[in-house]
Amino acid sequence: MKKVAVIGVGMTRFGELWNSSLRSLTIEAGIKALSDAGVPGERVDALYTGCMSGDMFVKQGHIASLIADYGGLLPVPSTRVESACASGGLALRQGLMAIASGFANIVVVGGVEKMTDALGSQTTGYLASAADQEWESFNGATFPSLYALMARRHMYEYGTTEEQLSLIAVKNHHNGSLNPNAHFQFEVSLERVMNSTLVADPLRLFHCSPVSDGAACVVLASEEKAKEISDDPIWIIGSGQASGAIGIYDRDDICTIDATVNAGKSAYKMAGVTPKDIDFAEVHDCFTIAEIIDIEDLGFFKKGEGGKAVEEGITSLDGELPINSSGGLKAKGHPVGATGVAQVVEVVTQLRGKAGKRQIKDAEIGLTQNIGGSGGTAVVHIFSR
Amino acid sequence: MIGVIGYGAYVPKNRIRTSEIARVWGKDPRNAEKGLGVSEKSVPSIDEDTITIATAAAKCALKRAGIDPKEMGAIYIGSESHPYVVKPSGTVVAAAIGCEGELRCADYEFACKAGTAAIQNVMGLIEGGYIKYGLAIGADTSQGAPGDALEYATSAGGAAFILSKKNKDSIATIEETLSYTTDTPDFWRREHEYYPQHGGRFTGEPAYFKHVGTATKMMIEKMSLKPEDVDYVVFHMPNAKFPVNMAKKLGFSKEQVTQSLVVTEMGNAYSGSSVLGLTAVLDVAKPGDKILMTSYGSGAGSDSFYITVNDAIENKRDMCPKTWDMIHNKRYIDYATYTKYRRKILMR
Repeated sequence: MKKVAVIGVGMTRFGELWNSSLRSLTIEAGIKALSDAGVPGERVDALYTGCMSGDMFVKQGHIASLIADYGGLLPVPSTRVESACASGGLALRQGLMAIASGFANIVVVGGVEKMTDALGSQTTGYLASAADQEWESFNGATFPSLYALMARRHMYEYGTTEEQLSLIAVKNHHNGSLNPNAHFQFEVSLERVMNSTLVADPLRLFHCSPVSDGAACVVLASEEKAKEISDDPIWIIGSGQASGAIGIYDRDDICTIDATVNAGKSAYKMAGVTPKDIDFAEVHDCFTIAEIIDIEDLGFFKKGEGGKAVEEGITSLDGELPINSSGGLKAKGHPVGATGVAQVVEVVTQLRGKAGKRQIKDAEIGLTQNIGGSGGTAVVHIFSR
Repeated sequence: MIGVIGYGAYVPKNRIRTSEIARVWGKDPRNAEKGLGVSEKSVPSIDEDTITIATAAAKCALKRAGIDPKEMGAIYIGSESHPYVVKPSGTVVAAAIGCEGELRCADYEFACKAGTAAIQNVMGLIEGGYIKYGLAIGADTSQGAPGDALEYATSAGGAAFILSKKNKDSIATIEETLSYTTDTPDFWRREHEYYPQHGGRFTGEPAYFKHVGTATKMMIEKMSLKPEDVDYVVFHMPNAKFPVNMAKKLGFSKEQVTQSLVVTEMGNAYSGSSVLGLTAVLDVAKPGDKILMTSYGSGAGSDSFYITVNDAIENKRDMCPKTWDMIHNKRYIDYATYTKYRRKILMR
């Protein structure tokens, strides 16, 4: 298996981008990533784009062709990857495998979602298609309600508190306030989070990630090409993907996401590292309870201790293990298909030491974890300088 | 220069509290009220519609103008809720106030700025020498689907203005007007539909704030204004938050916008919204005061007006009920009565 590096990253600002379309967002992120890598379009061997629901949000199918065409990259082979909110992370894995297997030398991986053209009620319905339609969504379950069930059980089993759920939002908003690409670039007080509108008990508005537009893109290269082109390649040393039960009704324990545990194990094994070796991570905090579950499932903390970790400041920007330095899905925003790739943009930016005010000191090894739905899919990647 | 020689307002007496609507739909009453800044809204009685509201406002305007109705050269009524799709409102109002005969007349539908578009067109006819006096009205019994976010604020009311060339009877002078127009569909109602649809959060930044902000900035630039030069600011009021935020963004204080903020206690009367804000200001303004008003219509754009209040206001304003007094003269109804008055119950 060939070694693969990230040699260029780029992303749009995340937010309510009323003047941008699905295609313009993707192309903007792509041009930024290729410019960052210093690679002309004709050297690109393949294109992978993560996009969850362009077919529903903007009624655009055949996204692979659209992006290759409007990216000016014809006749490059182009593939659209869909795995709900894990589409971006999975697109990265496809790009990685294309190079690792020798099929390609330089690959562009993008992720995009244009969500704000749809009405709020439509958006909730489109997103609910990532749950088990027949057994969950058709019966009225929405994502906030599914994660609320997980939160309630976690509180019952481990004494996790509403305050801990809220502190995640406070932390991630602080990080987002330092990220010029974040949807929400402002701080929130604990009081504001805890008094925000109740969405699905115990989850409040500020425990939920927003509906955002945005795109992110990375350029991958084989070891040979990376060394030729780049001065500061960031190596993908571990990759893991796992599937779990699509519905939470079918799980032995809803306080854990098996897919994360299994994808994490694969990635750690491939990288030859343990959770203790990870310096910082971007995890999938679509709801603040998810961040608590993620950091436990990835082995950073014992099951049930995730809430305490944020309370003790361990996961803060200046803590021992900074989590979601970008602001996470909560503050950076969550254009679903773009999220998995944007996590990679953040980790690479940190490892290059170019994260500005939110730079993590002495970061050597970073991890990304991207979830689809309530845990039907998880993708974990590990990066090092 | 065009002067306003008479103005009138009308707000129906029925009110329904925001909290009562929230109760029916299982929403938190406190959040519903806090989110919009609207505590209650006016509701037309079963026998009130855009024509009766326009007529009531026009009668006041005529009284204040003190002119012979036969001298009226034009009547234009802007509304999103003309009672008939085919058969005008304007002619009924003309008959009711004694203006039938040699008269230019048309109904306007131009989202929530149809009333201010009517004012601009009357101004043009007077400047062009076609008419001596003209009546422009903005009035609505606005629609919001049951359970929709719109339902908390959509209300009823209207205002009328009689214009002529500026003279000693002018209570105010329209120094300048301009419009900013784009095709930005954030809110619409198709033929045969009872209730409008809207683009949720799209109705904020790219729609309301872009158009009201741009038109107002164009006026500020054209008249070389500073925020402190203006005594009163009036914006279209879909809720209380938008106009207050708009004022803040443009450097105006909350105090400059408060007198016009009728939405807080009567809701959004669509074509009647910004013009009722203007009548509320004329009710208290002193001679020499400057008023900056910008309307907004979804998919229509914004009209901005820069107005100076004249001496004649002092003798005329007490001739008719004042806007805030009408807003405070109210009786509360429950949601069931509201559904009857707004014909939301199908009856044989």
